[in-house]
Amino acid sequence: MAHDVHTHVRSQAEYEYKRRRAANEMRGHVTTFAIMIFFTLIAFTAVYAGFSANLVVPIILLLAAVQVVLQLYYFMHMSHKGHETAQMFLYSGVIVAFIVLITFLTIVWW
Amino acid sequence: MDLNTKYTPQSWPDHPENTTLEGKNKFVGFWLFLGGETVTFASLFATYLALKNKGPSGMEFTTEGLFELPLVFIMTMLLLTSSLTSVYAMYHMKNYNFKAMQAWLAVTVLLGLAFLGFEIYEFNHYVHLGFTFNQSAFSSAFFLLVGTHGAHVVVGLGWIILLMVRNAKRGLNLYNAPKYYLASLYWHFIDVVWVFIFTVVYLMGVIG
Repeated sequence: MAHDVHTHVRSQAEYEYKRRRAANEMRGHVTTFAIMIFFTLIAFTAVYAGFSANLVVPIILLLAAVQVVLQLYYFMHMSHKGHETAQMFLYSGVIVAFIVLITFLTIVWW
Repeated sequence: MDLNTKYTPQSWPDHPENTTLEGKNKFVGFWLFLGGETVTFASLFATYLALKNKGPSGMEFTTEGLFELPLVFIMTMLLLTSSLTSVYAMYHMKNYNFKAMQAWLAVTVLLGLAFLGFEIYEFNHYVHLGFTFNQSAFSSAFFLLVGTHGAHVVVGLGWIILLMVRNAKRGLNLYNAPKYYLASLYWHFIDVVWVFIFTVVYLMGVIG
């Protein structure tokens, strides 16, 4: 391979620091998961409660959007460094997705 | 560099998924693929929303009459939890703990299989009611959208199981770390799509 990988053996202190940081991040992920479960419960409850559709639909769509952002930025690490290209690809997809949705809905529903 | 170089927790790199050139290429390629997947699912969602509840005159099937929220709630919890277990797997991958990673992936696979079981039960139930793929524009759009997601679950499960079996005796190295990492990204993406399916198809379907 034309690409060298330099191995760095950590000192005990560096190793413990890395483990601690990873454990901290994992705790953050568990919190994120709790928030996602909470949002899901709110969405299902809002629908069960039988409020007017004009109120419930925007709320559950917003909850879904927030959940997806949490999933992308934390579980899929898009908040980490080195994800600029990943973000560009994903957001390009999202832009096309919006155009497709708007086009279909306006053409068919107008 | 030899891809089969043995590492220790002390020498394992911070970002084993993109330390090698191969890993970097896979990482970029996979995110490009996910951008494309977003567009695929957007077109299916758009088709579904446009054709929802549309069919031959006198059609008795509507989203309100068909969908059962308790089933969808269980499926949502299963898939959401499997997303967390695959995060645990990647946590152990980064700590160079191969056995713990394989164990958490096994839990992920079991949760995914349970999800798939419920989905098969649901589709089977609809078909027995007469709501088949070619019954109406609505049914085609519904089965195509939810079925494509289900197909992704099948592919994701097959992918993770193959990785686990193929590398069972090899242990972690810089050759297979990117493969595990991307499989977990794919699994999270499946959950991202499901969040929109349970919101747009099921919850909004029950509201009417």
